[in-house]
Amino acid sequence: MSTSLIMFVIFIAITLGITYWAAQRTSGTTSFFAANRQITGWQNGIAIAGDYMSAASFLGIAGLIAFNGYDGFMYSVGFLVAYLTVLLIVAEPLRNSGKYTMADVLAYRLSARPVRSMAAISTLTVTTFYMIAQMVGAGTLVALLLKDSGINYNWAVVGVGALMIIYVVFGGMLATTWVQIVKAVLLMGGTLLLSILVLAHFNFDLGAFFHAITHVQSTVEGKPVTTNYLNPGLLYKPPWGALDLLSLGLALVLGTAGLPHILVRFYTVPSAKIARTSVVWAIAIIGTFYILTTFLGFGAATIVGKGFITTNGGTNMSAPLLAQNLGGDIFFAFISSVAFATILAVVAGLTISASTSFSHDFWTNVVHGGEERTKGQEVFVARMSALVVGALSILIAILLGPTFNVAYMVGLAFALAAAANLPAILFSLFWKRFNTVGAVTGMATGIIATLVFIIISPSIMAVDPDTLTAGRHLIQAKAIFPLANPGIVSIPLGFIGAYLGTILSHEPASEAKYNELNVRANTGLGAEV
Amino acid sequence: MAQGGVRLEPEPGDLTTVSGGPGDIAPLGRDLPKPAHEQTAAEDVNAATWDQVAATDEFRALVAAKIRFILPATIFFLVYYMALPLLVGYAPDLMKTQVIGEINLAYLFALSQFLMTFILAYLYLRKANQFDAMAQNIIAKLGIKKGGTK
Repeated sequence: MSTSLIMFVIFIAITLGITYWAAQRTSGTTSFFAANRQITGWQNGIAIAGDYMSAASFLGIAGLIAFNGYDGFMYSVGFLVAYLTVLLIVAEPLRNSGKYTMADVLAYRLSARPVRSMAAISTLTVTTFYMIAQMVGAGTLVALLLKDSGINYNWAVVGVGALMIIYVVFGGMLATTWVQIVKAVLLMGGTLLLSILVLAHFNFDLGAFFHAITHVQSTVEGKPVTTNYLNPGLLYKPPWGALDLLSLGLALVLGTAGLPHILVRFYTVPSAKIARTSVVWAIAIIGTFYILTTFLGFGAATIVGKGFITTNGGTNMSAPLLAQNLGGDIFFAFISSVAFATILAVVAGLTISASTSFSHDFWTNVVHGGEERTKGQEVFVARMSALVVGALSILIAILLGPTFNVAYMVGLAFALAAAANLPAILFSLFWKRFNTVGAVTGMATGIIATLVFIIISPSIMAVDPDTLTAGRHLIQAKAIFPLANPGIVSIPLGFIGAYLGTILSHEPASEAKYNELNVRANTGLGAEV
Repeated sequence: MAQGGVRLEPEPGDLTTVSGGPGDIAPLGRDLPKPAHEQTAAEDVNAATWDQVAATDEFRALVAAKIRFILPATIFFLVYYMALPLLVGYAPDLMKTQVIGEINLAYLFALSQFLMTFILAYLYLRKANQFDAMAQNIIAKLGIKKGGTK
């Protein structure tokens, strides 16, 4: 058994222990969906970080920087700044006026059935794209990390899927939260250690480190080339690069505040004040992590080198290979298990938010008109839907296979969240005139626009050379829309849809309840405890 | 939250049904109350009369104070953040200028985004204590306990 596998097994054992512990303490609806609202500020802050920093952050950004230098670092910036939107605008009102899901806030003033149906659709769409990206990534990665142990892609996907189902079905939000906390601590520990090793490699001389970054050696067509990796433009090239970058930035900074699996975390704390503290904790942790991606990414670029990474697993292996180079096989195994933990914590968070939305928004409030027919039904339905969500994710990931290009899917999830969810949340909280028609048209426009623009973008449409076998584009034709990131068009369209829907209709009931929502959101009066 | 009437906790084995008509001001029986979130404004009327609270000077002052901080802060961070992809995308040569040793403007500007986020979060955290005090004041004046039903 390889060292990596042993570490994976240890992590799995710890998380199953957590799940068993949490299952003993989970009974009742608030307990299952919101950990009894007893998570403290710092715990929730770490859990948000654990929920948020996906494999795309840890392995993806390290790889992007290792291959494209500065342009990859742009992701790091956007992922953090996004939390200001969460902190200043969304977290506290959401906690004050909602119960279990994002849709609770919308349903406050608006007609529950159409709004909750639409919100459930939106939640499931965002979550699906995020999940597919994670699962396909998990499969390829785990198979690569454990290739000595004979675990292939399909088994890796099944394993990850089965674990996330167990966490959520048995341990609910409490188990999910603690798996995320353990993961965040491991991730921060591993990243710090790796960063220190990178610095030690340069004898703790930052000048030498940056000299190496600005003089990365490589060979192009047999000739040695020196590239300044600190200069922008290696990834985003003219003519559309700059606009693409802007579009991505917009999706990142506005999308986080609309991500269902992040928003549900604010229901796990006792009050809005603690929700606020938890975002600040999250900002401190996430910020530190993304600054450290400097060492991970540029370290891999300078110490390991693009050539070696390409022939040993590709971009996503940059951080693990850097660990192997600096700390040997044991450290490689440790960083690999950190990556594994990272994926598990994120997919568990996605699973619980998807199943909460299906059960609370769709089953109880749409199908059953707001009442639980029998006690405990909402939790039962949520557990079943977690099982279904998990099984479907495994199936989709296996059907798509390891060669399917999923890189754009996380960015797409952010764009979807920004275009569909954010306008509805913002208008609901701040615009008295806002109404049901506006919310439904806004969310529908946001979803449809984002999907349409991604389908006609270079992520889906491109002409591949016949020799390319892995990761071929779905539509073999020239892209109609030039940008890979649809946010710059789809986000304004989402807002316009919500605006037009509102002013073209009239709903006195929604306006009449604005004062109530406003007082609740701003004072915490009557908030769920 | 109980309506007008007194709510008794059902005892094990007590199968007393809820009686009384839907129009009763104080329904009889032992029906469990709806959670705070699902109550209509009419049912939740004892928690606060929302329109009255919304019309008080204290509440208006709280909302105004929040907007005075949050609106400029949001505009500031959005502009500051979007300046990064704009400058990197449209003025790459400026951003390639080496400022400290071999560290260029692009990297320093990106780093400053982290600092900006930390500082703004800290400023908001401090400012929000004032908002909390104002909200507490409003709730205290209403003479009711904060929080809804469990």
